[in-house]
Amino acid sequence: MSTPHPGPPPQGGRDNLPDARGRYGRYGGKFIPETLMAAVEELTAAFEAAQHDDGFRREFDELSRTFSGRPTPVYRADRLSAQAGGARIWLKREDLCHTGAHKINNALGQVLLARRMGKLRIIAETGAGQHGVAVATVCAKFGLTCEVYMGVEDMTRQAINVYKMRLLGATVTPVETGSKTLKDATNEAIRDWVTNVRSTHYVIGSAVGPHPYPVMVREFQSVIGREARAQMLVETGRLPTVVVACVGGGSNAIGIFAPFYDDPVRLIGVEAAGRGLNSGAHAASIVGGRPGVLHGSFSYLLQDDDGQVVATHSISAGLDYPGVGPEHAFLHDAHRAEYVSVTDEQALAAFHQTSRLEGIIPALESSHAIAYAMPLAGALAAEEIVLVNLSGRGDKDLDIVRQASGG
Amino acid sequence: MSRIAAMFARLRAERQLAIIAYLTAGYPRLDVTPSLVEAAARSGADAIELGIPFSDPLADGRTIQAASQVALQAGMTVARALQTATSARTRTDVPLLFMTYLNPILAFGLERFCRAASDAGVDGLIVPDLPPGESADLRRAADACQIDLVFFVAPTSTEAGIDEACQAATGFIYCIAVTGVTGARAELDPGLLPLIETVRRHTSLPLVVGFGISRPEHVAALQGKADGVIVASALLDAIARSPDDPASRVREFLTGLRPPA
Ligand SMILES: Cc1ncc(COP(=O)(O)O)c(C=O)c1O
Repeated sequence: MSTPHPGPPPQGGRDNLPDARGRYGRYGGKFIPETLMAAVEELTAAFEAAQHDDGFRREFDELSRTFSGRPTPVYRADRLSAQAGGARIWLKREDLCHTGAHKINNALGQVLLARRMGKLRIIAETGAGQHGVAVATVCAKFGLTCEVYMGVEDMTRQAINVYKMRLLGATVTPVETGSKTLKDATNEAIRDWVTNVRSTHYVIGSAVGPHPYPVMVREFQSVIGREARAQMLVETGRLPTVVVACVGGGSNAIGIFAPFYDDPVRLIGVEAAGRGLNSGAHAASIVGGRPGVLHGSFSYLLQDDDGQVVATHSISAGLDYPGVGPEHAFLHDAHRAEYVSVTDEQALAAFHQTSRLEGIIPALESSHAIAYAMPLAGALAAEEIVLVNLSGRGDKDLDIVRQASGG
Repeated sequence: MSRIAAMFARLRAERQLAIIAYLTAGYPRLDVTPSLVEAAARSGADAIELGIPFSDPLADGRTIQAASQVALQAGMTVARALQTATSARTRTDVPLLFMTYLNPILAFGLERFCRAASDAGVDGLIVPDLPPGESADLRRAADACQIDLVFFVAPTSTEAGIDEACQAATGFIYCIAVTGVTGARAELDPGLLPLIETVRRHTSLPLVVGFGISRPEHVAALQGKADGVIVASALLDAIARSPDDPASRVREFLTGLRPPA
């Protein structure tokens, strides 16, 4: 492994990240059309006000508990650990959240914020459908109009989630442009927002987009890391040696990483290597890309020599995105977190192992984190602890796995 | 005086609105753009905006998305767009502007791009995903090559946002006519004239209206109010109707756009 000990925390922890301009070092920013600028400024002000408002926090905490099902447990995965043959593997069970993934944390936070701003129409993009389902769920709870943009390619891959969103009363709008996946759904959602910005809040589903989205998503998701840190201290009497999470746009990873910034804990983000980094068919933005601007922020990006965003591939729709949140770009360059990648095949193997050995069917996204954690744990001593963010459950992936495994 | 400033000075004296025609470089075919620029300039376009296509044009509606896709598939690149501009410049003296998103320019290199654009005879640059607050590096690169950098105001802009755009812009201010993406519209937005009046209080730069401009009535309604209009999607729609003879469509469309004096 490259760095046995973590580097220094980023400039005194996360309080200084981002700066007033929404920058994480050179990354982040607000690269958006002027039509959206006022809405993004309004959102920044509303978010800052909400963060200092006890009423807002109380409502978020209470609904996290009674609606989303928090706190989620940490679980010692003995048989996975035995199979790995080294450090103990623990799982943070975000798969047990209402709607089946960590996405509900951010959906709840942002919809509460939209209500405060008086925006009663909610739009979202979705890839795997987990974010779309989470947003549709919270909108149903509050009686808000909800429209979800989804690439037609993903609508086929994740048909059950499309049906769920419709059951929940949301409109699912197919996106036929470009690669017909998450990137293009995001483009369409932004175009809708540009057109309906006065009445509409755009709930971005990951720690990407223009400032303040990356920081806002981090703050709503960092409930994962706060809980996990306290739970590990209770359960094991110590902090984990390593925290591992998959990285699509980076929201579940930043959520579990951020509360550990000031601790001597290695942080590892696992990107999707698809059919292999050299195949061209992957979605590993940090490992395989270089910095550029997409969807409002400057960060690592999969692009060609001419600055055109390239098509990506991952067996998991939730990781199939050419960009990544700017805070991860910063953590990478600052050597505070390490970024690695795992292929479709390795993720599938981890999916099966976790199902058989632990009785937990993980999302294909989360299977990437497990696939990396297994050999990592194997290389560490028995007293070390590897904490994996199990970001979601695999129900949505059964058709894909069945096809891929020829079953 | 820059070509852009000289054009507005001349048209102001003539009490005429500038008509700026947008063409996606490489649309409908890779090598056709210089001849379309010439056709446009001979048919009443006072300046030409050349779009360098980007894979993810999030401020653009269907028409420009589709044209960008066609041009990219035909092999248009930043380097080829620069060659296109060079070739167009041999055929006309009207101001030329590039319009593209930030990432292709970043990938090419901001300074290298501005120098090459200037060498190609390009006078200005429009980047819809670059707000004034993020523009310091490009501003420096553009200034070093005497290229104008245009910024936007929108119906949703705050006074502070309008002021920032007016402080940052050179050449002209791009007034977005609608709350929305590009694409031909039947009607002008009722909020447009008040927006123009507000922006006038912040700047003496020319004000050019774009997004949705598609008909002679729109041009007539803005005569004496704005300093120019940009026609983009409506022109591309006309080209799309008979891509085999795009120069004729450009001529027809533009001669029909300016109300008879
Ligand atoms: C279960 C699960 N994990 C992870 C992701 C990836 O997103 P992020 O990197 O924002 O956590 C998704 C996205 O859909 C998901 O559904």
